[in-house]
Amino acid sequence: MLLFIEQCLNGLQFGLLLFLLAAGLTLVFGIMDLVNLAHGSLYMLGAYFAATFAALTDSFLLGILLGLAATLVVGMTVEVVALRRLYGRDHLDHVLGTFGLILFFNEVVRFFWGPAGLNLPLPSWLNRSIEVLPGVPYSAYRFSIIVVALVVAFLLYVVVMRTRIGMLIRAGASNREMVSALGVNIQLLYTLVFGLGAALAGLAGIMQAPILTAQIGMGENILILAFVVIIIGGIGSIRGALVASMFVGLVDTVGRAFLPDLLKLFLTPAAASTAGPALSSMLIYVLMAIVLVVRPEGLFPAARR
Amino acid sequence: MNKLLTARNGFVAVLVAFLLALPLYTAMTGNSFLLTLFTRILILAMAATSLNLIMGFGGMVSFGHAAYLGVGGYVVGILAYEGVSSGFLQWPLAIAVSALFALVIGALSLRTRGVYFIMITLAFAQMIYYVGVSLNRYGADDGLTIQRRSQFAGLLDLSNRTIFYYVCLALLFGTIYLVWRLINSRFGLVIQGARSNDRRMRSIGFPAFRYRLVCFVIAGAMCGLAGVLLANFTNFISPAMMHWTRSGDLIVMVVLGGMGSVFGPAIGAIALLLLEESLSRFTEYWQIILGPLLLAVVLFARGGIDGVLARIGRG
Amino acid sequence: MAESLLRIEGLSKRFGGVIGSDNIALDVRAGELHAIIGPNGAGKTTLISQLAGEVTPDSGRIEFGGTDITALPAWQRSMLGLARSFQITSLFPEFTVLDNVALAVQAHAGHSFRFWSNARSETELREPARTALARVGMAGRADAIVSRLSHGEHRQIELAMALATRPRLLLLDEPMAGLGPEESGRMLALLRELKREYTIVLVEHDMEAVFALADRITVLVYGRVIATGGPEAIRANAQVRQAYLGEGDAAVLNHV
Repeated sequence: MLLFIEQCLNGLQFGLLLFLLAAGLTLVFGIMDLVNLAHGSLYMLGAYFAATFAALTDSFLLGILLGLAATLVVGMTVEVVALRRLYGRDHLDHVLGTFGLILFFNEVVRFFWGPAGLNLPLPSWLNRSIEVLPGVPYSAYRFSIIVVALVVAFLLYVVVMRTRIGMLIRAGASNREMVSALGVNIQLLYTLVFGLGAALAGLAGIMQAPILTAQIGMGENILILAFVVIIIGGIGSIRGALVASMFVGLVDTVGRAFLPDLLKLFLTPAAASTAGPALSSMLIYVLMAIVLVVRPEGLFPAARR
Repeated sequence: MNKLLTARNGFVAVLVAFLLALPLYTAMTGNSFLLTLFTRILILAMAATSLNLIMGFGGMVSFGHAAYLGVGGYVVGILAYEGVSSGFLQWPLAIAVSALFALVIGALSLRTRGVYFIMITLAFAQMIYYVGVSLNRYGADDGLTIQRRSQFAGLLDLSNRTIFYYVCLALLFGTIYLVWRLINSRFGLVIQGARSNDRRMRSIGFPAFRYRLVCFVIAGAMCGLAGVLLANFTNFISPAMMHWTRSGDLIVMVVLGGMGSVFGPAIGAIALLLLEESLSRFTEYWQIILGPLLLAVVLFARGGIDGVLARIGRG
Repeated sequence: MAESLLRIEGLSKRFGGVIGSDNIALDVRAGELHAIIGPNGAGKTTLISQLAGEVTPDSGRIEFGGTDITALPAWQRSMLGLARSFQITSLFPEFTVLDNVALAVQAHAGHSFRFWSNARSETELREPARTALARVGMAGRADAIVSRLSHGEHRQIELAMALATRPRLLLLDEPMAGLGPEESGRMLALLRELKREYTIVLVEHDMEAVFALADRITVLVYGRVIATGGPEAIRANAQVRQAYLGEGDAAVLNHV
C-alpha cells in the first residue's frame, strides 16, 4: 500500500513536470501558431546549465537560478535569430526548421559537455525523506518538485488570466493585427512569450536533472510525452494540459510499477516479464488512441482555433 | 522533344546512368565502400519515396514513417531468428504486417489534421519503438543479428554485394514507377485533390478519409519492404531503425529533394547521405552544420533540389 | 401542387449564445428556382452549411427527394444529387480547369480505387467535364491553371463543377459575388438557362438577379423565415420591407 502511495506521488510529480513542458508548448503554439520541436532542447539545456552552474558556484540554489536564466537567454536568442522567421509559415516548415535545431543543440551539447551526461547532486537538506502524510515517508526532493510545479502552475494561471500582460497574450492569440494596431509591440510580446515557454521547459529539465541526470537526447523522449498530453488534453488549452498531464503522469508511473506484477496473475512468469515492460510502455499511447477514437479534438479543446 | 530536354530530366538521366554503372566502377577500382554506401542510399531513397506518396502528394505529414522500416525489418529478423530464412515467406509477410500497422495507425491518426497529425504519428512511432526496446527475446535495446540474408532457393544470392545492390536498385526504380502510376491514376488524383482542398473533395462526393487511409497503407507497405532490405543489408535489426530521428531524416530527404516530385525524394536521399558522409569526415560534430543548414533550406529553398532544377529550366 | 424536392422542417442551430437558424421551415418544389434572401447576419450561410452537410443542426429535419438526409455527410448528399457551389471560391488552384471539373465528374463515375491507368486520358471523365465547361462558357480555358485565372472565371468554374456532378438540385451560394457588371450579366443569362433544367436554390444579395430569376423567394431575418412567396408578394410584404429598411435596401425592392 505504501508503495502504491509512493508511486502515485511519483506519478503526480512526473505529471506536473509534463505539465510545465506541455504548458510552454501550448502557449507558444496557441499564441504564435509555432510548432516547436526544439522545446525539448530547452529542457535539456536547462538541466545542463543548472548542473554546470551548481558545480561552478558550489551552490544548488544558485545553480538552479543561473541555469534558468541562461535557458531563458538562449530561448529568446533563438527566437530572435531564427524562429521568428518561421511565423506564419506552413507547420511543416516549423517541424523541419526546429528539427534542424534539435540536431544542432544535441551536437553543441555533446561538443561542450561530452557524451557522458552530467550529474546534479542534491544538497543534504533535500536529499532525505520527509513524512508527507502520517506514516508515509517520501523523498523531500520529489515533494519539493510537486510544490514548486504547483506554485508555478498557479502563477501561470494568475498571469495569463488576471494580468494585463496575460490579457495581451490571450488577445494576441485571437487577433494579432488588432493587438499590434493598438500599439503593442507584437514582436516583443512574442519574444517574451517564447521566453516564458523556454523558462518553463528549462525549469522542468532542471527539476528532473537530480533524478535522471542531464543527458543528450533527454528532451526528445519527454517531448513526445508532452505531445501525447496535448493531444489528450486538447491543443491550445492549458486547463486540458493540466488534467491530461496528471492523468498521463499517473497512468505511466503507476502502470510501469504495477502492470508487470498484475500480469503475473494471468500469465506465466516468462510471458509476464516479456509482455510487462512492453505493455506498460504502450499504456499511455493506448490511452491516447482511445481518446482519439472517442474525442479527436481532445478532452478540453480550446474554444477558438 | 524540347520539353524532355530540361535541366531536371538531364540530371535525373545522369543519375540513373551513374547508379546503374556504379558496381562496374567499384569492381574495377576495388572501392567496395562506395558500393556499400550507395546500397544504403538506395534503401533509404525507397523509404523516402514511399513517404513522399503520403506527404508530398497526399499532404499527410507523417513523423512516424521510420516505424515501418522497423516493422518490416523486425519481421525478417524475427523469422530468421526463429529459423525461417526463406525470402518467399519473409518478404510478403513483412509487407503484410507493415500494411496492417499502417492500417491501424492510419485509421486512428487520419481523423486528425495538420500539427495534430504530426504529433500523433510521432507518438505512435515512439510507441512501436518502445515495444521494440522491450522485446527481450529479440535483442531489446541491443538489437539482433541476422545470420543469413533472405534465401530465395538459389535463385538470388543476396549475400553477393553486387547482386544485392541491383536488387535494391530495381526495387527503388520499381517503387518510383509505382508511385508515378499511382499519382496519375484516379486514386492519385483523389489523393492530390484531398491535399489541395479537402472541403471541396467532400462536397463533390468523395469520402476522402477512405482514400487517404488506403494511400497511407500503401506507403507503409512500401516502407516495410525498404525495412526488409535494410535488415538484410546490415544483417541486423534494432529499435534504432525506428527511432523518431530516423523519421525526421526521411522527412528531410523528401523536402531536400523536392516534395511532390517523383524523383525528388531519391535525389534528397542521395544528397543528404552524401552530405553526411562528407561532413563527418570534416568533423565528428557535423550535425552542428547540418542543423542550421536544414533551417536555411526551409527558409530559402523550400522546393528542394528538384525545385531549383525546375527553375533552371524556366529561367 | 408540384412535389417538394427539398423539404426543411424545424431546422435550428445555435452557436453558443448566437442563433444561427431558428426553427426554419421551407420547401423547394421540383423545377423551381427558389431564392433565399435576407439582410446581413440573417443566417443564410448557416442554412446553406446545414443543407450541404458541413454543419449539424441542433434539431430539425432535412428531406431530399423523399430521403432524410439530416445526418448524412456532405459527400453522400452529393451522391444523392445535391450539388453546391461555394460563396468564397473553393477550387483546386494548382490544377488545370479541366482537371478541376473532371474530378467532379470522377466522383460520380464509379469508384476511384483504380491505381494504374492514367485518369487524365479517360474520355469517360474528360468529355463530360468539357461539356460542363462549355455550358458555362469556359471551354477555351480548359488547360489553364486555375490559380492564374480571374475571379469571374473562378465563379464560372464553381458552377461547372456543380453541373459536372449530374445533380438533381443546385445549391448556389452567391454565384454573382464579386462579379463586375458584364460578368454578372453573363452569369444571369446562364442561370436563366440552367433554370429550365435544374431545380435551384439560390442564395443571393443581388436583388435584380433574384427578382429576375426566382419563382419563389424566402426571406430570412435573424435566422427565422419571415416570408415565403412569389416575387410580387414578397416585394409588397410589409415585414420584408421593414427588414430591409434599416439596411437602406428597401429602395432596392422598389426598383427591381
